[in-house]
Amino acid sequence: MKEHGMSLPVKRITRITVALIFFYGLYIAIHGHLSPGGGFAGGVIFALSMIHIVLAFGRENTMKVLSGAAASMLESAGALAFLLIALGGVFAGAFFLNFLPEGEPFSLFSAGTIVFSNMAIFVKVGAGLFAVFLVMALLRTDDSVQNNEGEDR
Amino acid sequence: MIELHIILLFMIVAAFLAIEMRGLLSSVIALGAVGMGLVLQFLLLRAPDLAIVQLVVEILILIILIRATVKLDRPSESRLRENWAYLFCVLLFGGVFLFFGYRALTGLPVFGDPAMRVSSYYIENALEGTGAANIVSAILLDFRAYDTLGEVTILFTSIVGAIAVLRKIGRKK
Repeated sequence: MKEHGMSLPVKRITRITVALIFFYGLYIAIHGHLSPGGGFAGGVIFALSMIHIVLAFGRENTMKVLSGAAASMLESAGALAFLLIALGGVFAGAFFLNFLPEGEPFSLFSAGTIVFSNMAIFVKVGAGLFAVFLVMALLRTDDSVQNNEGEDR
Repeated sequence: MIELHIILLFMIVAAFLAIEMRGLLSSVIALGAVGMGLVLQFLLLRAPDLAIVQLVVEILILIILIRATVKLDRPSESRLRENWAYLFCVLLFGGVFLFFGYRALTGLPVFGDPAMRVSSYYIENALEGTGAANIVSAILLDFRAYDTLGEVTILFTSIVGAIAVLRKIGRKK
């Protein structure tokens, strides 16, 4: 059984940088109402950090962290959460009404539902794009010969 | 404004190179140059939100394309024969496109002139109405949240479709 993924230095560096990339995406999504960025950009960075793991460690090891089925479920949960935030406005008066208090401008907990909408979109976009990448990587290793599995880049 | 035109020229040259290059990997890298030029354009036009999204999506697309093409790097040989009918079609459609493009684009308001009623309402009321300091987030997730719901639905449907087409279960040899 050959070892999956790239060489040892790449793996060591990846262990350090993946967390940095993931938290940068989370920062961009949480601060979406204060600074440039938002749920979509943060979600794509989240997907890129997971793709980073796939490129360095191979597909098999990544499936232990976040499998394709779990990514699909996270994506659906994100879409449902966004819809629930929209439906929460119905009880306060109108669809998509910003029913939470506005708070003080330029502070982290301001702008009512926008923070939670950003987080829902973050989870949905990140998990969805990662699921698509996993499916594509799976398709390629199926088509190529099995002994190519070791140099899964 | 002159730097916008320089970057635009660079993007046009890179797009031509992406079509004309032999070998898929060179084409993909030229395509990435077009995307990075677009990032610079957005930064120069002071739209950092769009620049961030364009940058990260461009990196994602480049990773997927390079991963898909790097092992089957075969030169593309199927090209149209360059005879007079081919040249005539190119000139005809290019002329029609340039004519109507000129007619349509000269009727637009001046660039950077916010004369629209709805957008001036958004600009004045974004901070008081929503409490969000970033006006792009305020418009996307509060004023025009219906559009964002449609966008989320489109993304969800396309991802579900891609997974359903490419999944392992049920695929026949």
